[in-house]
Amino acid sequence: MADPRKVVIDGEEFEFDPDLTVLQACEEAGREIPRFCYHERLSIAGNCRMCLVEAVGAPKPMASCAMQVKDLRGGRDGEPPEIRTNSPVVRQAREGVMEFLLINHPLDCPICDQAGECDLQDQAMAYGKAGSRYTEHKRAMAEISLGPLIKTHMTRCIQCTRCVRFATEVAGVPEMGCTGRGEDAEIVSYLDAALVSELQGNVIDLCPVGALTSRPYAFRARPWEVSKTQSIDVSDALGANIRIDTEGVAVRRVMPVNNDAINEEWISDKARFFIDGLARQRLDRPYVRENGKLRAASWEEAFAAIRAKLEGIDGAKVGAIAGDLVSVEAMWALKSFMGQIGSPNMDCRQDGAHLPADNRAAWLFNPTIEGIEQADAILLIGANPRLESAVLNARIRKAWLGGTEIGLIGPVADLTYDYAHLGDDASALGSVMGSDFADTLKNAERPMIILGGAALTHENAAAIMGGAMALAGSVGAIADDWTGFGVLHSAASRVGGMEIGFTPEQGGKDTGAMLRDMDVLYLLGADEIDVPAGPFVIYQGHHGDRGAHRADVILPSAAWAEQSGLYVNLEGRPQLANRAASPPGEAREDWAILRALSERMGEPLPFDTIEQVRKAIFEAAPHLARIGAIEPAQWRAEAGGSAASGAFTSVIRDFYFTNPIARASEVMAACSKLHEERSGVPMAAE
Amino acid sequence: MATDWARAGWYFAMMDFVGGFRIGMKYFFKPKATLNYPYEKGPQSPRFRGEHALRRYPNGEERCIACKLCEAICPAQAIHIDAEPRDDGSRRTTRYDIDMTKCIYCGFCQEACPVDAIVEGPNFEFATETREELFYNKEKLLDNGDRWEGVIARNLELDAAYR
Repeated sequence: MADPRKVVIDGEEFEFDPDLTVLQACEEAGREIPRFCYHERLSIAGNCRMCLVEAVGAPKPMASCAMQVKDLRGGRDGEPPEIRTNSPVVRQAREGVMEFLLINHPLDCPICDQAGECDLQDQAMAYGKAGSRYTEHKRAMAEISLGPLIKTHMTRCIQCTRCVRFATEVAGVPEMGCTGRGEDAEIVSYLDAALVSELQGNVIDLCPVGALTSRPYAFRARPWEVSKTQSIDVSDALGANIRIDTEGVAVRRVMPVNNDAINEEWISDKARFFIDGLARQRLDRPYVRENGKLRAASWEEAFAAIRAKLEGIDGAKVGAIAGDLVSVEAMWALKSFMGQIGSPNMDCRQDGAHLPADNRAAWLFNPTIEGIEQADAILLIGANPRLESAVLNARIRKAWLGGTEIGLIGPVADLTYDYAHLGDDASALGSVMGSDFADTLKNAERPMIILGGAALTHENAAAIMGGAMALAGSVGAIADDWTGFGVLHSAASRVGGMEIGFTPEQGGKDTGAMLRDMDVLYLLGADEIDVPAGPFVIYQGHHGDRGAHRADVILPSAAWAEQSGLYVNLEGRPQLANRAASPPGEAREDWAILRALSERMGEPLPFDTIEQVRKAIFEAAPHLARIGAIEPAQWRAEAGGSAASGAFTSVIRDFYFTNPIARASEVMAACSKLHEERSGVPMAAE
Repeated sequence: MATDWARAGWYFAMMDFVGGFRIGMKYFFKPKATLNYPYEKGPQSPRFRGEHALRRYPNGEERCIACKLCEAICPAQAIHIDAEPRDDGSRRTTRYDIDMTKCIYCGFCQEACPVDAIVEGPNFEFATETREELFYNKEKLLDNGDRWEGVIARNLELDAAYR
C-alpha cells in the first residue's frame, strides 16, 4: 500500500489507500453509494452512472466506481480533495440517471420475481420521481434462451453487463456479450445458446434487476415469505456457505452466502438447483424385503428384521460404508454402533480412494482455498477441478488470471484456463522433472500440487500419491509457511469421515474388501457402489437410489437440509449445516435412527441428543469443535514405491448426477441432457 | 304546610300520561327507522367492504397475477397464495385461499392489488352453518367475482374519482 491519502468526504476528513476507488473509499467512510454495474468481484465497467458523486472543483459529477482516490485533484493551496455524496447536485444527478434507467424498464414489479430484492426497486424508492415525463414508446426486447436454469426477461435489462463480466471473468466462458448502442444495446448469448458453465446460476444473483431470474424458482415464492436458514452445501467437498430458503415444508431455493475463505460468493449450479430432488424419490417410511420384494413396514418391524440378522453374527462379517452426503454425527453414530457389535469394518471412501488414514496431510487440501491465489505454479494430477469442485476451479482461474502457471497430468479437458499438458498417463508424473514445467515449479515461490479424484482412485494410487508428495518436496512446495500439496475431494462427507476415523480399524476391511466378503452391509447413504448378490444390506438414506434398490431393510433418514449436521470441507474446516426443512413421512435424523436401533439391539448408544453426539465427537477430535477454523496438518510424505503408470479415468462421469439428490432432480436431468446434446456438437466457429 | 295546588292539578289532570301518550303518537305516525329485512335493505356505499371476490377481465382471463401483495399486507394473515408458471408461461395462482373467519374486512387487500383482482364486494349475506364453509378457495372467489361483477364494476367506477 502506498502512502495513505487524505480525502474529505461530506466535510469529514479520512485517510485512504490511494489505489482504492472513490466508491470503495466512500464505503469505508460509511457512506452508501447506490450502484448497479459495480460489483466487488468483477472488473469495473462504469456504465450505469448511478454512483455519481460530486468532487468539489470538478465541472461535473463523476462516476465514483471508476475513479481512483489517487486521481482526485486537491485544492489550489494543497487542501485535500473533497467529495460530496449527498449534496443537491449529487441527488439531482442520481435522480436524472434513475429517470433514464426507468424510461425503458417496464413497470411490471408485481409479476417480476426480483420484486422485493431488486436493486432498481430499492433505489427507485430513494431516487425515483413519482411520475414519468416519458410519453414515447418504450423499448421491448426479445428473450434470449439461457437454458433450463435461467429465465430471461430482457426488456427489464438495464445493460449493467454484470452477467457478461461474470461469464467472461469468473466463469471463464466468454459466451455472453453486449451488442448495439444506445437504445439498441442488448445483452445476448453466443448463438443464443445456454452457457457451458457449472457456475451460470450466479448471474441470477448478480443481475440487479429481474432480467435474469431462476427458472425452477419462477413465481414460486416471494423473498419476504420464505424463511432463511444458513447452511452448508453438500453437492461437493468445498463446503460452500449457502442459505436455504424454505416456505412451509418446501425448500424453495438455495442462495450463496459470502465467505471469502471458501466460496467467495459463488456456488455451483448443482448446489443451487439440485434441491428439487429433495421432493422426489424420497424414502418416507421403512421397508423390509420379503420374498424378494420390498414391503412397507413399521420402524419396529424394520428394527426386528435387522436384529434377527445381527444377533449372534460374527462382528467381523459386518461392514459399514458411509456415503457422500452424510454428516459427521451420522458417521460417528454408525462408528459407535459398529464398535458395539464388534466390527472393525467401516469405510467412508465408497469410491475406494487411497487416503492414508494416519496421515492427515495426505487427505487434506493443505494449501487452503485462499492459498490458491498465492500459488504461482499449480500442477493438477488426475484432477478435473471444473467438475470436482466448480467454485474451486473459479478460484484457480482467478489465480491464473493473476499470472499463476498451471500444469495438468490427466485427460485433456476444458478447465476455462490455459495449462501445460504434461501427459494423460500416471507415468508422466515420473517425467515431470524433465519437462519444461519443472522449471516453472522450481522457480515458483509457492508451487502447489493438487491430487484429484482420478489419481486417488487410480490402481496405482499409493505410488501416485507418494510420487506427488516426493515431487512436492523436491520442487520446494513444502516450507515452514507453505504446504503446497492438496487433495481435491468431491464428496462432502469424506474429510469428516477421515477426521473421526471412519476407516477400517485394526484388522478391518476397506470398501473393496467389504463388498467381496461380508454377511451384512450397513450402507449409510452409500449409493455410488454396486453391492454384489450375497450380503444382507441395510440401507439408511433418504432417496430411492442404487443403495435402496439393493437393500434388504431400508431405514428412511432425513436429507442434509432436514437435519442439523457437521460437515468438514476439503481444507479440514468444520462447518455446521442447520436444519431448514422437515423430513418427509416417518423419516428421522440419521443419528437418532442409529440410537434407536442400538436400543433395540439391547445396548443403547451413549447419547440422547445431537449435542451429546457432538460432545463425543469433539472429545475424540477436539479441532472439529472450532467451527469455521482450520487445524493445519503436520506434513509427512508418504513413501513413493515403484513408479506408477496407467491412464487416469475421470471420476465424475456426469457433473449433474453425482449424488442421489441430484439424480432425483428434474432440473439436473434437464441440465445433463442439454450438456450431453451439446458435447460433441461443434459450434459455428470451430 | 301550604298545599301545592298547581302540582295537585297537574297530577289529577294526568298530564304525565298525556305527555307520554303524545310521544307515543308522535312515533306511531313517524316513518319507521327499522327495515323489514330481508325484504328491505339499507343504503350501501360504493366503498362497502363485504365478501371477497376475484375478478376477471372482460375476455374471461383471471386478473390475479400472483404478486402476493395482498398476502403480504393482510394484517390477519387470512390470505394464502401458491403460484407457479401456467402452461402458457404466465404468472398465475394455483391456489388462492382466504380464511373468512380470520378476515377483519379492513380492505387492505383490495388497496394493495395492482390489477383490481381481489375486491371486497357488496355482498354481506354469506353466513354459513359451518365454519369450514368460510374457508374460501380460488374457485369460490372467482365464482363470487362472476356473480357480482356488474355491481363491483359500477362501485369501482363510482369510487374511481376519489382514488
